[in-house]
Amino acid sequence: MSTSTSTPAKLAPKDNEVSSSNEISRRGFFTKLGILFNGLAATVLAVPIVGFLASSITRGRANGYLSWVPLGSVNEFPEGETRLATFQNPYVMPTDGKTVDTACWVRRVAGDQFQVFAVNCAHLGCPVRWFPQSGLFMCPCHGGAYYRDGSRASGPPERGLFEYPNKVENGLVTIQAGELPTPGAVAFLTGEKPPCVS
Amino acid sequence: MRLMIGKIGRWFDHRLQLAAPIREAVEHPVPRNTASWWYVFGSAALTVFLLQLVTGILLALIYVPSAGEAWNSLQALNHDIALGWFVRAMHGWGSNFMVAIVLIHMVQVFLFGAYKFPRELTWILGVFLLLMTLGMAFTGQVLRFDQDAYWGLGIGASIASRVPVLGPAIVKLMLGGPIIAGATLSRFFALHVFVIPGLLIGFVALHLLMVLKLGINEWPMPGRIVKRATYEAEYHALTKKDGAPFFPYAIWKDLFFAAFIILAVAACAFYFGPFGPTGKPDPTIIQTVPKPDYFFLWLYALLSLLPPSLETPALLIGPVVVILGLLLLPFLSGEGEKSWKRRPIAVLTVLLIAITLGTFTHLAGFTPWSPHMNAWSGDPVPDRFIHGTTALERQGVLVFQVKQCRNCHSLGEVGGQRGPTLDGVAVRLTQDQLIRQVIQGGGNMPAYGKNLSPAETTALVAFLETLHPAGQAPARDASRDVVAGDEKRPGGSQ
Repeated sequence: MSTSTSTPAKLAPKDNEVSSSNEISRRGFFTKLGILFNGLAATVLAVPIVGFLASSITRGRANGYLSWVPLGSVNEFPEGETRLATFQNPYVMPTDGKTVDTACWVRRVAGDQFQVFAVNCAHLGCPVRWFPQSGLFMCPCHGGAYYRDGSRASGPPERGLFEYPNKVENGLVTIQAGELPTPGAVAFLTGEKPPCVS
Repeated sequence: MRLMIGKIGRWFDHRLQLAAPIREAVEHPVPRNTASWWYVFGSAALTVFLLQLVTGILLALIYVPSAGEAWNSLQALNHDIALGWFVRAMHGWGSNFMVAIVLIHMVQVFLFGAYKFPRELTWILGVFLLLMTLGMAFTGQVLRFDQDAYWGLGIGASIASRVPVLGPAIVKLMLGGPIIAGATLSRFFALHVFVIPGLLIGFVALHLLMVLKLGINEWPMPGRIVKRATYEAEYHALTKKDGAPFFPYAIWKDLFFAAFIILAVAACAFYFGPFGPTGKPDPTIIQTVPKPDYFFLWLYALLSLLPPSLETPALLIGPVVVILGLLLLPFLSGEGEKSWKRRPIAVLTVLLIAITLGTFTHLAGFTPWSPHMNAWSGDPVPDRFIHGTTALERQGVLVFQVKQCRNCHSLGEVGGQRGPTLDGVAVRLTQDQLIRQVIQGGGNMPAYGKNLSPAETTALVAFLETLHPAGQAPARDASRDVVAGDEKRPGGSQ
């Protein structure tokens, strides 16, 4: 222990002598330059690291997470009734498995007039269930309830169910989907929310 | 043989030079009265953490962190791989034990005033260790990729989305994309297996180093006041006068408790088995009632019971206030009494928090705020409520059953607890009030005006009017009698 520390201890006064002469020593200059050089390397490295981490946010703006997906033929949904439909999320990665399959509640009001609700409760996202007898959507988690038109009936949610924009094309009900709808105010700076939330 | 071992040992130590510092560390003097069973929780937390590292690495030999495969690999661990179920159970129970022991350790340290000068930083690192332990518990629950994990992530995303301005970006960063999918599981795997454990190891090392450098907190004596100017000299004198080497004087209790905890985890694992996985993480299966793991149940209850307007502020500001409070604690009361016998507010605070968390956890066990999703019309209205009723009232019974009133209201002690029990509703509400409540809703009840025909409402209210105890008359609107005139007044008036 003592032998190993003695060598730098002997050198130390020499270094002090050099630096105390109030001039930038060659050694000190190169140390500072070395630190600066590493700072540059860190900045160069930080750009791709931050870019990689933020890609889950920025990717949505570049290519668009949202697109129109078909739910099925208009005839599959009886008028005046609400049925569960499923669709595949438009943005798929190979490791996603079953998680890209998504459910939604389709209410055919009349003719080509539809309302398509996200299953995610507007409180904290649990899957709501439709009870045709009482005409209510009910959430199993914290007791939120919604009327048949998706508006808030009772419980902790602060708003009605999220509603996907929909249209009927070639006899198919299609919705604009692709993003998990979540409550919370729509952000102005950092990215929009999907239209089903607004 | 001993000579040989000694020789090899000296060869290594000549190069490593660790023997002296290790001896110094284990033989450092500690105050005699700290060799107490109250002082074993820190080392027990470390023991369980090491156990989690070992079982976690074993699980990683089989587990596949892919949204498409994770659930199947958990099934393989449970059923196909020899003792896979036991390793999973050890890891799951180890997690529960670790959270519990860390919390007990924290309460002990708080009540013994150990966070006071000069151990402020040890406490602060401990707060971060608690947060990381909870982080491990949550991310671990996600890796058990089942229905609870899937919808739990949805709840996490919904909470994160409420952050002002940055909410949507945080959600996508957390999920690794627009929805809960493969990238989500992969990043929670990275957090659970690399990021948080790496930080934990570093923080545990620092935490322990400080315990060694600053010395274990002495047994608090009422009246022995901590002062910045004199404490360190006093502590030094105490360990000199009344000290004993940690090894072998105090360590045996830590050793016994560590072994006991490992055996307790193993016993729970053997007896109760592994946790889940529950149903497949398929978002199209919505017949599920997601619930968090035990240590987050209180939060689940809190989120149901807070008024909607308070929820977002409570979710966003609450944790900040709690964490800041914990971090600032050693600076707000860094001196003074250490003994719990002279710190009634500290004791009451611990009791209040324990009772609050216990009550919320208890409530989350039977979720009185949730409608009974499966009550439907399967539960018949008991005979005694129908006996001697008119045709109209019986029609009301049918409406009552078919419209699923019992998802939220109990009758004859069967049904949901979301709304009040209806056994004696006629005593509480007059006919007019019943009609209004059914049609317009109010309080926590949805309006059924659009869902019931006038005839159905009349029948339903006629039935509800019969729901009063035998000797007690239903509630009546006194003004009605005046207007109607010909109706007989109830009770004493003739």
